[in-house]
Amino acid sequence: MSLVDETSTPAAKRRLGLWTTLLSLLAASVLFSLGIGRFGVSVSNVVSILLGNVLPLEPTWQPVEERVVELIRMPRILIAGLAGAGLAVAGAALQGVFRNPLVGPQIIGVSSGAAFGGAFAILVSESQVLLIGFAFGFGMLAMLVVYGISRQQGRASILMLVLAGIVTSAFFSALVSITKFVADPDDKLPAIVFWLMGSFASASYDKALLIGLPVALGSLVVYLMRFQINVLSLGDEEAQSLGLKVERTRWIVLIAVALISAAVVAAAGIVGWVGLVIPHFARMLTGPDHKVLIPAAALIGAIYLIHVDNVARASIAAEIPVGIITALLGAPVFAYLLRRAANKGWSSE
Amino acid sequence: MIRVENAAFRFREDWVFRGVNFTLERGQTAAILGPNGRGKTTLLKSIVGLLKLAEGRVETHGRIGYVAQKNDMSFSYRVLDIVVMGRATHVGMFRTPGIEDYQIARLTLDRLGIGGFADRIYTQLSGGERQLVMIARALASECEILILDEPTSALDFSNQALILGILGRIVSEDGLTVLMTTHVPQHAQHLADTVLLMHGPERQDWGLAHEMLTEARLEALYGVPVKALDVENHGRTETALVPLFS
Repeated sequence: MSLVDETSTPAAKRRLGLWTTLLSLLAASVLFSLGIGRFGVSVSNVVSILLGNVLPLEPTWQPVEERVVELIRMPRILIAGLAGAGLAVAGAALQGVFRNPLVGPQIIGVSSGAAFGGAFAILVSESQVLLIGFAFGFGMLAMLVVYGISRQQGRASILMLVLAGIVTSAFFSALVSITKFVADPDDKLPAIVFWLMGSFASASYDKALLIGLPVALGSLVVYLMRFQINVLSLGDEEAQSLGLKVERTRWIVLIAVALISAAVVAAAGIVGWVGLVIPHFARMLTGPDHKVLIPAAALIGAIYLIHVDNVARASIAAEIPVGIITALLGAPVFAYLLRRAANKGWSSE
Repeated sequence: MIRVENAAFRFREDWVFRGVNFTLERGQTAAILGPNGRGKTTLLKSIVGLLKLAEGRVETHGRIGYVAQKNDMSFSYRVLDIVVMGRATHVGMFRTPGIEDYQIARLTLDRLGIGGFADRIYTQLSGGERQLVMIARALASECEILILDEPTSALDFSNQALILGILGRIVSEDGLTVLMTTHVPQHAQHLADTVLLMHGPERQDWGLAHEMLTEARLEALYGVPVKALDVENHGRTETALVPLFS
């Protein structure tokens, strides 16, 4: 037989079409989103403003339009896109290593731990940095607790991990409730409640960098582990018999996922369902190979959350919490995808 | 080479098996027979390293390829992507299979006569086709020892013949050491040099295939009369081992 370069097969060419489509959609989404809002800016002006950064263009736009596009909307869209991409990558990785489509970043306890950390930080201080630090710290702590509970005789079964995640989440949810209970109802309580509902409202370039670094690092690790995630998705015994270091591989992926999830929670509160629905949807387009699935999920997640945030900030006069919209959209869409997939024999026989 | 010394496995209080001893030399094929629940799969998994023995030890020389009895694939991977996962030991952490890994995967599929399966979806294949893909994945690891757990169970006669034929050919071509379990004495007769009969927790017989696969021993093993019938097939006399169900 002839030597086949796997990058020139028909499947690889189909993928090129997929990447082109998704990247164009993402670019179009960003341009569109920069224009809409309570203060509308035309797409041609958006393009001119952006080009004005690199080309010596004569301003055809008002200075206020430039400020809205570059200082208010751009960082917000960046954060929404990063959060969507990060959550989708985290979800895709978790669904692979747990071989279960019903798994999302919430399952390993990170989100609830980060939620408590953030709520506690709001209670005791005004500092944004402290909020992000605490959300991150407690997110990691929750994951270590899950790790501690589930590990028996040097191994952690998937069932124990999931159960430990549920127990840990319940515990941290109770801690969040205590935090709310003792919070000043005129001042701190609303701040905690709105933060928990999820929002990209207080966006800045600093914050984009703060979420961007951990999301990028975590996603890079997950992407580098794409083949190992494939092998792990066959099940622990198969993976081990194929020579994979099962425990080590899974924990590298879980730590990367914790990093991503904690960063997203810290920056935007609890944005649920994205990590569950988007990887599922992406898998329908790309198939289960994580080499293609992970980047596709990242792009689709970014596009999705940018548009969800558009609805949140521009549909009515008041700002709607993003977490509410993702749950309202996510739950029924997930139910639909689940039924569709079941008919196609997605699950094991 | 596989050497099993005084192997014992316990499930809670009860011994599944104790005092299992045998040495399977390089290039030899052995079959394990015994009723359900005697620990055939447990023994295989202990040799592969998936389970820990309560007592005794296992020594193996060479990379092991393992074909499990059943696999429930959660995701509908392409056949080629599954076979290339056999290369996992050759691919380091944080790395992915290279062009040569894919070439080995494709060559292995070609060798088993299923090169055309590369782009098909594994979960849409028939039982016999899946078994071939699993064997291809084990071979793609460039193993020296091949361990198969009931490779012909749940297959029809023509697929049983296909799997047996391919195993026989691969084993002689590659000089593989093969250990397999089966419920069909004739399959053991067809492939195996030596046979392990697992009678019960404390009793196992290990010996040459023709000495183990006798009417008396098989009847003692299963508690069902087994007859060795001489039948003529294309001018040759062959012995068929037939269980009698009354």
